[in-house]
Amino acid sequence: MAETVRLRIKRQLSPDSSPFWEEFEVPMIHGMNVIACLVEIQKNPVTKDGKKTTPVAWECSCLEEVCGACTMIINGRVRQACSALVKDLEQPIVLEPMTKFPVVRDLVVDRQKMFDNLIKVKAWVPIDGTHHMGPGPKIPEPERAIHYELSKCMTCGCCLEVCPQFNEKSDFMGAQIISQVRLFNFHPTGASLKEDRLHALMGKGGVHECGNAQNCVEVCPKEIPLTHSIGEVGRQVTLQALKDWFMK
Amino acid sequence: MSDKRVVVVGGGLAGLMTTIRLCEEGIKVDLISIVPVKRSHSVCAQGGINAALDLHGKGDSPYEHYDDTVYGADFLVNQLPVKRMCEKAPEIIYMFDRMGVMFNRTMEGNLDVRAFGGAKFKRTVFAGATTGQQLLYALDEQVRRFTAEGMVKQWIGYDFQRLIVDENGVVHGCIAMNMNTMKPEVFKAQAVVVATGGPGYIFGKSTNSFINTGSVACTCYEQGAKYANGEFIQIHPTAIPGSDKNRLMSESARGEGGRVFTIKDGKRWYFLEEMYPAYGNLVPRDIATRAIFDVCVNQKLGIDGKNMVYLDLSFMDPDYLDRKLGGILEIYEKFVGDDPRKVPMKVFPSVHYSMGGLWVDDDTDMTNLPGLFAAGEVNYQYHGANRLGANSLLSCVYDGFVIGSAMPGYLKEYKEPQDFDALANKHLTEVEKLYEKIYAMDGSENAKKLHEELGVMMTERMTVVRYNDKLEELMGMLDGLMDRWNHIGIHDRSKVLNQEVIFVKDMQKMITLAKVMTKGALLRNESRGAHYKPEFPNRDDENFLKHTIATYTPDGPEISYEPVKIADIPPRPRNYAVDKEETKKMAQKKNEGGK
Repeated sequence: MAETVRLRIKRQLSPDSSPFWEEFEVPMIHGMNVIACLVEIQKNPVTKDGKKTTPVAWECSCLEEVCGACTMIINGRVRQACSALVKDLEQPIVLEPMTKFPVVRDLVVDRQKMFDNLIKVKAWVPIDGTHHMGPGPKIPEPERAIHYELSKCMTCGCCLEVCPQFNEKSDFMGAQIISQVRLFNFHPTGASLKEDRLHALMGKGGVHECGNAQNCVEVCPKEIPLTHSIGEVGRQVTLQALKDWFMK
Repeated sequence: MSDKRVVVVGGGLAGLMTTIRLCEEGIKVDLISIVPVKRSHSVCAQGGINAALDLHGKGDSPYEHYDDTVYGADFLVNQLPVKRMCEKAPEIIYMFDRMGVMFNRTMEGNLDVRAFGGAKFKRTVFAGATTGQQLLYALDEQVRRFTAEGMVKQWIGYDFQRLIVDENGVVHGCIAMNMNTMKPEVFKAQAVVVATGGPGYIFGKSTNSFINTGSVACTCYEQGAKYANGEFIQIHPTAIPGSDKNRLMSESARGEGGRVFTIKDGKRWYFLEEMYPAYGNLVPRDIATRAIFDVCVNQKLGIDGKNMVYLDLSFMDPDYLDRKLGGILEIYEKFVGDDPRKVPMKVFPSVHYSMGGLWVDDDTDMTNLPGLFAAGEVNYQYHGANRLGANSLLSCVYDGFVIGSAMPGYLKEYKEPQDFDALANKHLTEVEKLYEKIYAMDGSENAKKLHEELGVMMTERMTVVRYNDKLEELMGMLDGLMDRWNHIGIHDRSKVLNQEVIFVKDMQKMITLAKVMTKGALLRNESRGAHYKPEFPNRDDENFLKHTIATYTPDGPEISYEPVKIADIPPRPRNYAVDKEETKKMAQKKNEGGK
């Protein structure tokens, strides 16, 4: 047999059924990534032991690490499957769904919570409308460059997967949200909602619940300076709390 | 007022812009998407978005942009919609600017612009090399705001199945399936907008996302919508060939100064610069692609004899590159392993975009089915025989404005069917029957293997160079593939997120649409833009300055033609070796000579 790739995949057939493991062996293709391995399983859904099975379900879209869809745990590390190249991975390659979100099926999880949290912190610039009103505010290029990095967040959830404070028992919204608050508070028009955002990060689940483990910044595939964002927004929240106290 | 309700299918740039404009008109939207909208394929657009803002004070104008676009499209385009789009473009940029898009800026804090293919003015506004992602996020944020206000309901993980269309062809909603439960549901609406992007996945490996199957467009076509210019598929000159897909290396690399070369007689040969002195590395995509293809396939001068050429940025300042092109440098590094700041990249053309799509009315973006609108890549409207780089983001967003303006008028005249429930049930039953059939399939064929074969046969015969005998052969092969589709066997009969069953459905659509593209190409005996036949090497305006229109019949596509509407710009020879003004003079001389 030609060169092969071995995979060990944690499977779960429905949200409330129990997980189990299956092993696969697929033909090696030059330049192959984990996505290509999963496609091979679709073409021939048979386990390593020759048992017929169902193809593994997973999410993917762009395959260029800009959409965030194919996030999963690969050899113990949360990352995108598209940019996980087989040649760099120890075998058997172990694939598991993210653990901080409910499993839908196999490697597919429901990350809706992240999008809901973006609503909670009003992660948008409140424009009056899309009709023509001339250009937006001028922004100095160096400032723009810093905040462009923040705006590359693809809501993949890697930072939440490794955060000790983000789990089913806590309301902590995590680095992804805090960094978006920093982005929108920076924007001259976005700043109109700054107080609302900071208030949303003051109470339960707010920025003070960060345990400073700093795992988030280690795993962010876009290398967003998440800990700087947490520091900066933490300061903003403190100032806002003081302001609130004086304004009472 | 509050009972106005429209379904938008697809949450990329076109779908989201349409959604926002409808909300602003007081129309509630059910937004259906197979992925969270933030993960739509628009994220893959890299280089930028065109608008003649003339930020360098060199005399650029929307008219120049319009002329470049029509000329780039090899005149196979109705001119008025293009003109209006180019006129609207500066306002669109300012809108994004107000929404907070982190566009690159000059030291004064103004928007920065760069050069792009097929244009002599720098008019491409950009956010690093992730412009599509940044624009999509900006619209996603605005839609989230409307979602919070109750104007939009997002149906994420829902797969469009079928239009609810009455016996007169009027659309009253659609059926979409909750993929998590595999249950089709009825969506009642006064109109449906499809904004589902392109069909690149038909070609197997392309720069498109795996979700770009063209499935929704095909269903609309099967239900009576006309499909126009399907044969016009853009092959992007510079992509990284991959085992799963080809990854785009943006035209902006050349816009910022990148040079394409190969090795000939032991020396670097900058063949684009030599062949096209006026435009050099920034010739339009169809031209660059044919040149690279010729160098590699005919002259066998690709790198190490392989189908690849160099795209070189390594002579440029790395800090400058990071600021302007960071996103694509990162992609190249991650997927190839080399640093393009230090060594030239290796690239080859790849299927990238469909200029063709659902036929729509020039003024309203409505298809021939009343109440069905199409926005973005899924329609055929703006790019003719070849799209200019950085015009696709523009056309997606512009379509949102067109539909936003047209919809209130349509809804005013809208009449509900006498018995909606009966009509909806009829279509729901059709969907249920299809899935009963798919769930029962127990043949020996595998849908993913069929897809791989489809990709190979389409890429070999329907891309850069086309021959009639090969196209005829392909028509037969596609019929054969459809026969084999009937003998697929299903491995998975689960009712939870059954991706296999959904893919089997999509596979039938992809083969159907592949036939539309191929037949259009077979019958178009000329060369124009991306459509190139060595047997008919010239553009033939007398016979083919017209749109190909495909109409569905159970026996395959029926092809008719519709004249191209010219507003201001008489067709002239297309020659990128010389300046555009030269070609105007050449046309003038020819006309005078003919008199």
